[in-house]
Amino acid sequence: MQEHDMSWVRTEMVLAQAAPRSQVGVAAWLQKNLFASAVDTAMTLVALLAIAWALPHILNWLFFDAVWTGTDRTACLTTEQGGQLPAGWSGACWPFVGSRFGQFMFGRYPYDERWRVMLAGALFLVLLVPLLIPRVPYKRLNAILFFGVFPFVCFWLLVGGFLGLRYVETPLWGGLMVTLVLSYVGIVVSLPLGILLALGRRSHMPIVKLLSVIFIEAVRGVPLVTVLFMASFMLPLFVPPGMTFDKLLRALIGVALFASAYMAEVVRGGLQAIPKGQYEGADSLGLGYWQKMGFIVMPQALTLVIPGIVNTFIGMFKDTTLVLIISMFDLLGVVKQNISGDPTWATPQTAKTGYVFAAAIFWIFCFGMSRYSQFMERRLATSHKR
Amino acid sequence: MSQEAIRDDSARVPLIYDPRVRSAFFQVLLVVLLGFGIWWIVENTIENLSRSNISTGFGFLRGRAGFDIANTLIAYSSDSSYGQALVVGVLNTLVVAAAGIVTATIIGFLVGIGRLSNNWLIRKLATVYVELFRNIPPLLVILFWYQGVLSLLPSVRQSIPLPLGSYLNNRGFYLPSLTWGPGFWLILAGLVIAVALVWYVARRAHARQMATGQQFPVFWVSVLLIVGLPLLAFLLAGMPVTVEFPQKGTFNLTGGTNIKPEFLSLYLALSFYTASFIAEIVRAGVLGVPRGQTEAYSALGLRPGKGLRLVIVPQAMRIIIPPLTSQYLNLTKNSSLAVAIGFPDLYAIGGTILNQTGQAIEVVVIFMVVYLSISIITSLLMNWFNAKMALPER
Repeated sequence: MQEHDMSWVRTEMVLAQAAPRSQVGVAAWLQKNLFASAVDTAMTLVALLAIAWALPHILNWLFFDAVWTGTDRTACLTTEQGGQLPAGWSGACWPFVGSRFGQFMFGRYPYDERWRVMLAGALFLVLLVPLLIPRVPYKRLNAILFFGVFPFVCFWLLVGGFLGLRYVETPLWGGLMVTLVLSYVGIVVSLPLGILLALGRRSHMPIVKLLSVIFIEAVRGVPLVTVLFMASFMLPLFVPPGMTFDKLLRALIGVALFASAYMAEVVRGGLQAIPKGQYEGADSLGLGYWQKMGFIVMPQALTLVIPGIVNTFIGMFKDTTLVLIISMFDLLGVVKQNISGDPTWATPQTAKTGYVFAAAIFWIFCFGMSRYSQFMERRLATSHKR
Repeated sequence: MSQEAIRDDSARVPLIYDPRVRSAFFQVLLVVLLGFGIWWIVENTIENLSRSNISTGFGFLRGRAGFDIANTLIAYSSDSSYGQALVVGVLNTLVVAAAGIVTATIIGFLVGIGRLSNNWLIRKLATVYVELFRNIPPLLVILFWYQGVLSLLPSVRQSIPLPLGSYLNNRGFYLPSLTWGPGFWLILAGLVIAVALVWYVARRAHARQMATGQQFPVFWVSVLLIVGLPLLAFLLAGMPVTVEFPQKGTFNLTGGTNIKPEFLSLYLALSFYTASFIAEIVRAGVLGVPRGQTEAYSALGLRPGKGLRLVIVPQAMRIIIPPLTSQYLNLTKNSSLAVAIGFPDLYAIGGTILNQTGQAIEVVVIFMVVYLSISIITSLLMNWFNAKMALPER
């Protein structure tokens, strides 16, 4: 065996050196992320120009040029329109939102009774927030209270008419309150109904399956406007003469049926993703159909499709705005009504201001929901993940 | 145990535990309940209709409409029938849906690719766009454009002049219109011949590349043919086109084509809204192609442009097309929001007819039939496209 001379191998470690200047630091980051190539540089410059042009406009309109105080339209008019602001002025007219804020939240709900809505809202939050935070205990009790008891308490608080509360008829309702009521009822009704429809669609009973498919596809094929339209014009035709339906109730039925068809498809996706072995495993344990679905299949399937369910919720929350077409006043409806029907605040900037305000509220709700679903998705991703 | 004994054993299971009997029982029960419900509804409806003196049937479609429609693609006046009014509505729905689909696809693909860009700024801008638009109700965006932006544009007298002789004011967007003279058929013929030639050239080039490996610049030849031949025909026919510019009058702009603010609001809102969803679909599709594919085409020596076109996009399309189809359907269905701003689509016109005649059931049936057929035709087309794009699998 030949002896190897190993002396060319270093005997001590090279000391760690700082990364080259071209790889770290602000300059390197800029080079890599903004000016990597000629095309990149051009795109960056165009984007910077666009931002430099648009951002001051937006910020000025929203804040710096905006009017913050005032009692009527003259506060937001330029000199040529009969106000005091310089000609060519453009900015948000926030006092419009300020003076109509109560309407935007409660519609025409009687002023003295608004505490009931606020109380219902507070209860809603008190029950919802612990339900959403995974670490808080008593989830089962909380869920029963939120989905089972709260609807009745809420009905009592909002509608009233018994147990010492004055009756407030639903045509007086409006604003964010109606938006939230529609979404809450839509969610509470559509999830169980959607699960039933999805099970029906995968059922082995041909008639049940056929009926589920017909319902789901017919509802998914038409716009929500048509469903609402049916609910508001045809439902009264379907019931015996003399029997009347509350308008809000009709809209609720329309929204809930519409959402449940979409929910059914989402749940069906989850059901299909569960391996056949799980069904067979449940069968071999001797579980009946509802036990099999309730204990084995549904918990896994629903966990899988949480993003889809939340997406459906978000879609439904946005879709509640459509009730303004059957002349009901949700948040958007009230804003629109105040913009086009109220001369006190009729200025060129009112419409933009009102819609930006409504958009901000809708955006916060929808964005919050989507972020929460991402959080839950990461938390629940225990298996099925590669 | 003998066969007899087993059979006896199973026969002793009570009927209510037999799954077949149970399922038959439940289905019969369901049918009976449903039949009873339908009978009840029909009975009530007939009763209600006869009380309010509304005759059933589609005969009302031949009646005189008596209302005017602002946007019409076919000849229509208030003397036309309800049926014709509905056709106008269907056409308007289709036009706004088609225009919206094209624009939303273009914006959506640009933003979706932007979200994957190496450029930090572009990536962030695309993210802001997506998060902003998909979290706001489309109806709000429509109203914002209509009441917040377009109705604030200057009046006709102070129309904003735009390039190419077009104007923008609070009555919409005025474009020069083109009127084609005789000899227009020559240009069309040129286009048809060009398309046929391109198809032939592409086939030959493909065959030659397969046989010899030599490439042929198909793309540039196609551009040359498709632009060149109609242009040549245009010149040969003696430029048979007259451009009519909108003329500023005292009270109105005359001439040219007018795109109404209602259409613009609806079209812009639907395009921007749907584009934010399409962007996410495109992003998911491109991310869904494994990274190894990029490394593989680089290893084969393809440049990024070609690699994207030949390797990544065909695979991403397989993921993109099904959800894209449902977005197209959503856009079509959302076009019914037109009613909020008075754009005369199918839904708005149907609503007017319903108010005039009270034929609620017939109008709703027409809605369902039209929207369902649009949905079915769109899904069939997209399924066909999907089948074409699907990679042949073993």
